Amino acid sequence: MDYSIKIGGEAGQGIQTIGDALGRVFARSGYHVFSNQDYESRIRGGHNFYQIRLSNQPLAAARNRIDILVALDQESITRHVDELTLNGMIIYDAAALKFKNDGPAFLDISFEKLALEQGGDKIMANTVATGAVLGMLGMDLDLFLKLIADTFKNKGDHTVQANHKAAQAGYRYAKQHCDKCTYAVAGDEVKPRMLIGGVEAIALGALASGCKFYSAYPMTPSTGIMNYLASKEGEYGIIVEQAEDEIAAINMALGVSYAGLRAMTGTSGGGFALMVEGLSLAGMTETPIVIAMGQRPGPATGLPTRTEQADLEFLVSAGHGEFPRVIFAPGSPLQAFHLTNKAFDIAEKYQIPVFILFDTYLGDCQWTFDRFDTSQVRYFDYRLQGDAFKNLADYKRYAYTESGISPLAMPGDANHVVVVDSDEHDEDGHLVEDSATRTRMVGKRLFKKLPLIKSEIAPPELYGNHEAQVVLTGWGSTYGVMKEAVDELAKSTSIAMLHFSEVFPLPDSTHFDYVTHLRKAKLPLCIENNATGQFSRIIRAATGFEFKAWIHKYDGRPFTVEELIGEIHGQLGNV
Amino acid sequence: MVNLETFRGQTPAWCPGCGNFAILKTFKDVMVELQMEPHQFTVVSGIGQAAKLPHYIRCNTFNGLHGRALPVATGIKLANHAMPVIVTTGDGDCYGEGGNHLLAAIRRNINIKLFVHDNQIYGLTKGQPSPTTSAGTIAKNVPFGVISEQFNPMALAVALDCGFAARAFAGDPAHLKSLMKEAINHKGFALIDILQPCVSFNKVNTYEWYRKRVYHIEPEYNPEDRMTAFSKSLEWGDRIPTGIIYRNNRPTFEERVPILAAGPLVRQSFDSAKIEGTLREFY
Repeated sequence: MDYSIKIGGEAGQGIQTIGDALGRVFARSGYHVFSNQDYESRIRGGHNFYQIRLSNQPLAAARNRIDILVALDQESITRHVDELTLNGMIIYDAAALKFKNDGPAFLDISFEKLALEQGGDKIMANTVATGAVLGMLGMDLDLFLKLIADTFKNKGDHTVQANHKAAQAGYRYAKQHCDKCTYAVAGDEVKPRMLIGGVEAIALGALASGCKFYSAYPMTPSTGIMNYLASKEGEYGIIVEQAEDEIAAINMALGVSYAGLRAMTGTSGGGFALMVEGLSLAGMTETPIVIAMGQRPGPATGLPTRTEQADLEFLVSAGHGEFPRVIFAPGSPLQAFHLTNKAFDIAEKYQIPVFILFDTYLGDCQWTFDRFDTSQVRYFDYRLQGDAFKNLADYKRYAYTESGISPLAMPGDANHVVVVDSDEHDEDGHLVEDSATRTRMVGKRLFKKLPLIKSEIAPPELYGNHEAQVVLTGWGSTYGVMKEAVDELAKSTSIAMLHFSEVFPLPDSTHFDYVTHLRKAKLPLCIENNATGQFSRIIRAATGFEFKAWIHKYDGRPFTVEELIGEIHGQLGNV
Repeated sequence: MVNLETFRGQTPAWCPGCGNFAILKTFKDVMVELQMEPHQFTVVSGIGQAAKLPHYIRCNTFNGLHGRALPVATGIKLANHAMPVIVTTGDGDCYGEGGNHLLAAIRRNINIKLFVHDNQIYGLTKGQPSPTTSAGTIAKNVPFGVISEQFNPMALAVALDCGFAARAFAGDPAHLKSLMKEAINHKGFALIDILQPCVSFNKVNTYEWYRKRVYHIEPEYNPEDRMTAFSKSLEWGDRIPTGIIYRNNRPTFEERVPILAAGPLVRQSFDSAKIEGTLREFY
């Protein structure tokens, strides 16, 4: 089984409420779920949708075809009717939409009237619709009733009861009136799965790593990180501060990091443009920092709520001067969790800025997992503090060492002073102008650290036939869709995926000679959600390997499985 | 025992006769009087002549970017609110490049001390007008004179209900010292605008010019009356008031961050096992 449900309507109609509830019920029922959202930069009106796919097999992307369309407005029908499968159904409230269609694919359910009849509010029409979808699928309603009880427990028994009745009304109506509903959803109880989105996974990775401070200025798609961390302020003892601007956000985080704690900031392209000088400050002062950078289409304001992978080269070269940095680009919420943890570890170990580069698509989409394996979470405190710091005869913040890594101490913890400077400085941290110190300091913070940093970078993931003729190559959020394309095409084609989640510096070939692998393939294809193929340029610059074939998408939307397969088919003639 | 020698730093690279020397000496005197050890406080600065001060006094130092000292200081204070944090800055650094951070810091009332070396000119870049340069002043890059009105930091501070706002004169170090001590002992954000002659580039606002105009605010003046303070803050020209213009006892930002009630964040522990429980919320 593999079904997709789309809920469409205007902003503010409750699309997300229905989508979140269905996703959670499916995951608790033991199904694999993949959900993604598409919305406009407005709070009311416009056209938005939420798409949920459920299956008894693992899922990693969205499909083009839908089995059930929940239309909360007429435009949802006009826009998405062509996406329906042969037996697909549209449910809608004819009275509310002032529109009627008696076609076989249409099922009129009076969401609003049923909600009011059950003693509820008009707003509970969404509960009716959710119940109706579960009825159409022939699933059990109990998990949804339990979810309602959990969600509304603070609003009192009356609200819970009214929503329960609304859910039951929608469920009953759909079961009785949908003759065409033949969805084969297995009813056997399995163990619940974890359902999690990209943005939450990044925030959880930060919490697991001992992050104690997050400062940001609100900007899609990074705002969810701030909101989630703020909800955990008391529980985790983390301060979340809304800065006056992105410049303040990064500088505050650097202040916290200097003072001895793990700190993070988050933003999107335009906000990161303001942070660039602060990034360079982190480079010069060797102050650890983790930056979550959520890409959306630019230039300038671009498409504020949509997705793109077009800021990779910006991050690679951001900041005046030369200093080491690391960029991770997770392809799933699971990778986002572990890479955020790795980002904190590497940032502190090498005293450098580390990025989590994601995009609106990865940030918003939700995946199901059996569990996150926390035994893989790394937490090691690299700071010099307490007696180790006190017992030093002398302390120099930028002492020359074999590794280039100088002791990172906590100011105030011992009788020594900690001096950092944005100017070129000596071992003590005081500003200097002489050429010998300058040369030696560049050697210390850049050349000595680089090979060590590079040795931490994991090789790309090779998925599918190891001798494949077609190698889909990509990074970040295209992971899921490439994987599903490989699964689908492997039946007829010799195909594999090469996915990079640790993108800068590129991994060396010690553990896996991916360059030779690419050279051997008949059709190495670089797939990117941008217009010019930024990652293929980075690969060429670092390895000399040049892609001759690409698939680029830059309309602000993510690839769907069918779309990518179609594009790949178009290139197979070149094999 | 802390003495002047305790704070000996790098040799200053300021011009001979610069008003900054008196501010540096006074700052050290204050630290000696308060018996504060170099590792017990942090000085944060940005870019400019004033921003070099922490190199000339032995102490924890974060010498960051132009205009960005306040956000760094805010971060340090939130991480370790037991650590006194002082920002040394100039009129260009703080009132020009870093204006937005000044507004935010005053509103937060974070317990940071902001000492602005106000020489009414850009010294490090050789003589361009700063926000506090008086309108009409002619400089190399403004041959027809400065058009914008002079920025009034005291009026701004009163308007934003700043915890502590004072004006001092580098040529009156005894008075400056008492104000610095009051600022450090004040619970909350404290701004001292220190009039500081630039002997190289400001040929108008000289020691002589200031000496003729500055006076100590009368002892009967009540700096806690905001309306009176606003009138006082507007006084400039033939007579320039020095002393505490305005103060109040608003709660500090750190006092209002609930989790800091448990002590400085740097002293709070981290339980890496906690994440298991949080992950369970996603089922």
